[in-house]
Amino acid sequence: MCDPAIRFEHLGRDFGALRAVDELSLEVPAGEIFGFLGPNGAGKTTTIHLLLGLLEPTSGRAEVLGYDTSRQAEQVRAECGALLEHDGLYEQLTAEDNLEFYGRVWRLPASEGQARIRELLGHIGLWERRKERVGTWSKGMRQKLALARALLHRPRLLILDEPTAGLDVPSAAAVREDLASLAAREGVTVFLTTHNMAEAERLCRQVAVIRKGRLAALGRPEDLRARGGASRAQVVGRGLDERVLGLLRESPEVAAAELRDGHLEIELRSGADLAPLVSLIVGAGAAVEEVRRETASLEDVFLALMEEEK
Amino acid sequence: MIADILTVMWKERKALFRARGRRSQTILALATPLLMAIVLPIQVESDWLSGVLSLLLAFFVTLLVVGITIPDAFAGEREHHTLATLLASRLPDRAILIGKAAVCVLLGWGITLAALAVGLVSMNVAHWQGSFRFYTATTLIADVSLSLLLAILVASVGVLFSLRSASVQEAQQTLMAVMMLPAVLMQGVAFVLLGSTSGRERVRAFFSTVSYGEIVLAVAAVLVVLDALLVAMVLARFRRARLIQG
Repeated sequence: MCDPAIRFEHLGRDFGALRAVDELSLEVPAGEIFGFLGPNGAGKTTTIHLLLGLLEPTSGRAEVLGYDTSRQAEQVRAECGALLEHDGLYEQLTAEDNLEFYGRVWRLPASEGQARIRELLGHIGLWERRKERVGTWSKGMRQKLALARALLHRPRLLILDEPTAGLDVPSAAAVREDLASLAAREGVTVFLTTHNMAEAERLCRQVAVIRKGRLAALGRPEDLRARGGASRAQVVGRGLDERVLGLLRESPEVAAAELRDGHLEIELRSGADLAPLVSLIVGAGAAVEEVRRETASLEDVFLALMEEEK
Repeated sequence: MIADILTVMWKERKALFRARGRRSQTILALATPLLMAIVLPIQVESDWLSGVLSLLLAFFVTLLVVGITIPDAFAGEREHHTLATLLASRLPDRAILIGKAAVCVLLGWGITLAALAVGLVSMNVAHWQGSFRFYTATTLIADVSLSLLLAILVASVGVLFSLRSASVQEAQQTLMAVMMLPAVLMQGVAFVLLGSTSGRERVRAFFSTVSYGEIVLAVAAVLVVLDALLVAMVLARFRRARLIQG
């Protein structure tokens, strides 16, 4: 098994009396897109700053690509690409100049740098606009360019702080698409913070939920959804009445059930099988036209975790 | 390290000269010193080549150019939200600091030398005496060296203020106010001393015992000490962790 790309061991960071990151321990496997979820102020950006060695931990330690972020911060930064809270582009420079500057920062030889700029801008559809000043661009285009800049030096780890925040739906979708295709093509590990649950579900193989600096949940999105409590089912048909409802409520598989506008809303217990319940309803003389099963979304799980906090 | 400094200088140079709208701003900012560099030498004639006037112009131009560009280079990175990305790169702290400061210092010093050259040409053209007259050695050395030392001083103070300022404008205003303070104090002292006959006598007596070269040396020594202290302070304070929390 490969070494993890990121390893936190009881990582903590204080700002005066405020504990921004608290006893955070987790591992991010190499080659994966990992989602780091949490509400505003949960400690996501501080964690990124700790990862990049921009801040010293108050307690514990973090290891990135085998380097200790406190003692070997320069090596960490040399092998990571980052797209932080703001796109960090120089508005007065052209797109090409922005990339050329970072090509020089990463010490790419001139010819290789030019080829790489062409490759990346071509991939995200911005090659024809490379001579334009970035200040005149839309937020979506800038974010794509910032993503290209983060990948310019072929980093082993890409750190993205809410890359689609503030984008409209089409722009966010375009950035997500570019991110997914570039990450797959480059074979890079991605550490992504977001509070967009749909984005995390779509992109990430594993997610961690952070709350007030502490790890609240960790796992694959589908596992977290399954752990997120009861799934629901909706049964539509004829003859669904109080008698059927009573039978369902007696079933050990059912946590709760109610009749709403002539159809049944059933909340199933964890791991419950729906098929015997459908048989039960049919056996009670009702005609079933449609059965829909809904599992908890990652957003439901996230909200439940935040609710626990309250 | 040298390659990293040159990289930062490459970016700063591009940002300074390629920005749309910046050119007109620069021309406007340079109009006053350029006008002074033409008019003053014509008025004072040969005194321009050996007196303190060219040094005053050199100080003014250096203060103006470095005072405008340094906050833009440092506080500007924070204001435009480009600082965090720059700090997340592999560039060492000192390469960022030196690269940015070097462009501002060299630009300020370069424009100062250009202004002195314009002044020299202006004086010669206006008061032509059959051959081209040049600055005296003391004046030339004083103008060239003291303006460079002042540029480093303004740049260092500018970086320190920029690290604490939320915006370019705030940093520029604080820097200019602080840099004008010694001139205002000196004016006050001069007013008190020259206000009375005895004071004027004392000043005359003092200046009769020291040469211009000795005064230049004393000023240079003070500037070297101040520069060394301020550069050490800047090097100590320009740290990623401090900047990212800024």
